[in-house]
Amino acid sequence: MSDLIHKSAAELAEMLAAGTTTSVEITQAHLDRIAAVDGDVHAFLHVNAEVSLAAAKASDERRAAGAPLSDLDGVPIAIKDVLVTTDMPSTSGSKILEGWMSPYDATVVTKVREAGLVPLGKTNMDEFAMGSSTEHSAYGPTRNPWDLDRIPGGSGGGSAAAVAAYEAPLALGSDTGGSIRQPAHITGTVGVKPTYGGVSRYGAIALASSFDQIGPVTRTVLDSALLHDVIKGHDRHDSTSLTDEWPSFADAVKNANVKGLKIGVIEQLDGEGFQPGVLARFHESLELLKASGAEIVNVSLPSLEHAVAAYYLILPAEASSNLAKFDSVRFGLRVQPEGGGTVEQVMSATREAGFGAEVKRRIILGTYALSAGYYDAYYGSAQKVRTLVQCDFADAFSKVDVLASPTAPTTAWKLGEQLDDPVAMWRGDIATIPANMAGIPGISIPAGLADEDGLPVGIQFLAPAREDARLYNVGAALEALLEKKWGHTLLSQAPELKGGAL
Amino acid sequence: MSDISAEQVRHLANLARIDLSDAEIATMTTELGQIMEAVASVQAVATPDVPATSHPIPLKNVYRADVVADVIPTDKALASAPEHDGSRFKVSAILGEEQ
Repeated sequence: MSDLIHKSAAELAEMLAAGTTTSVEITQAHLDRIAAVDGDVHAFLHVNAEVSLAAAKASDERRAAGAPLSDLDGVPIAIKDVLVTTDMPSTSGSKILEGWMSPYDATVVTKVREAGLVPLGKTNMDEFAMGSSTEHSAYGPTRNPWDLDRIPGGSGGGSAAAVAAYEAPLALGSDTGGSIRQPAHITGTVGVKPTYGGVSRYGAIALASSFDQIGPVTRTVLDSALLHDVIKGHDRHDSTSLTDEWPSFADAVKNANVKGLKIGVIEQLDGEGFQPGVLARFHESLELLKASGAEIVNVSLPSLEHAVAAYYLILPAEASSNLAKFDSVRFGLRVQPEGGGTVEQVMSATREAGFGAEVKRRIILGTYALSAGYYDAYYGSAQKVRTLVQCDFADAFSKVDVLASPTAPTTAWKLGEQLDDPVAMWRGDIATIPANMAGIPGISIPAGLADEDGLPVGIQFLAPAREDARLYNVGAALEALLEKKWGHTLLSQAPELKGGAL
Repeated sequence: MSDISAEQVRHLANLARIDLSDAEIATMTTELGQIMEAVASVQAVATPDVPATSHPIPLKNVYRADVVADVIPTDKALASAPEHDGSRFKVSAILGEEQ
């Protein structure tokens, strides 16, 4: 039954409905896969087979009684460790929260449980989601299933690698500046950052509250839509949650049609600084869409040039405030300085021991950007750039239905290659950051392999706020066109993982 | 503007309640200088006529009726605390001897 791991969530749902398999069989197949390959990939920080199988058994009993909770009842899911869970530890990739058990579930976790999905475990991530490679996890890096010497992207490298390595059909991620979309690009998978407020952030350990958004990580566009349909919607526990009624995203996939769709190519993200193989696959995808009736035009968003700089002022500022709660009082690590000390000395010793280098760097940077005398020059200026980026998008979306760009400038780099220069890694976020600054939704889907290194490349589409359905329409249409052209899925080209490589 | 001294970093670390070692302060002083240079370009376009934006989607403040809801019971709230006395979080002395 190991073939169960290669099925999409939609296919598994059909098999469960038809009674040709059970949730226990599916869950066991994925747990076996995790046991076989996760020693090499290290996508998971925590797995508890007993808890997962108990949930699977309960699902099978519901189905046998003719009362499944949803179409996806019984399908397994991996959960990024940034989301708090009552039955598994939640660390956000940090030592300061090692072993911490949350007294409540994140709203998205509650929603997937209420739909009957079976949590498999918690996935690895850069500490507090600060990073683009998962190398900043306090628990060691995740490795790219396409090449174990390379990064899986970040911060959600664990969730992306888990679905790419067939350890889970679905995963939850969080996207603050590209942490869902960039790992999708790097691992040949699908990732969606919903409209800000479209999915509840309650129980997501906050990095930068005005950028963070939770979303699906999957192997197919339909699976992302199905998961998005489960987790979307208003939550009174999140005061930035939108009260909108959302259309069915799965229907948007099923009715995909790009005839007459106006696609704007972002000039600033199509050329200098982008790897040739990334650009080649991007333009190939655009040609396919054009041949299917889409209209392709160029648009300019001049403020994007400053978006990365502004982001890396606003993010540390918000993070320095959000991470103040890790103070050794209510949860997490407590370190006593030698000979004891006051509560403030205990806090300082705890945060010194509990935070990694990247987290300290960003807290100090944020504290600086917010401090008296520098606030206007840095944080204040960055907020103005945010306005300019939002105006650029508003202008672009008055001319086109969706925007397109490569998801990131390069394919997966080697582990350790960019660790010495923090600013270099930040520049890799240039294509994904602008969506977070404007709160708009984005999707990354596989566009092929780069000629020069044979590694996956993604294409990104962006839509106006609240128009997430447009992403599922164009993403599903392109996915079908590409797979028809290739004769297979992109992930089927990944080398086979046998386990025990490391 | 981006000339950052080790003394400044030490002060920032104190504000952020992180006991940085001397080696960490030295590294971070260099890095912070490089980072501030890399992000200084925001000042060039942030002219006085551009309003600042703090949020991606315009929202009004959210209110709810003042009724008790979703309270986490004390034992659950304390379960993962580094130290507690059964009803409260326990911490070290708030004031030092010199205070």
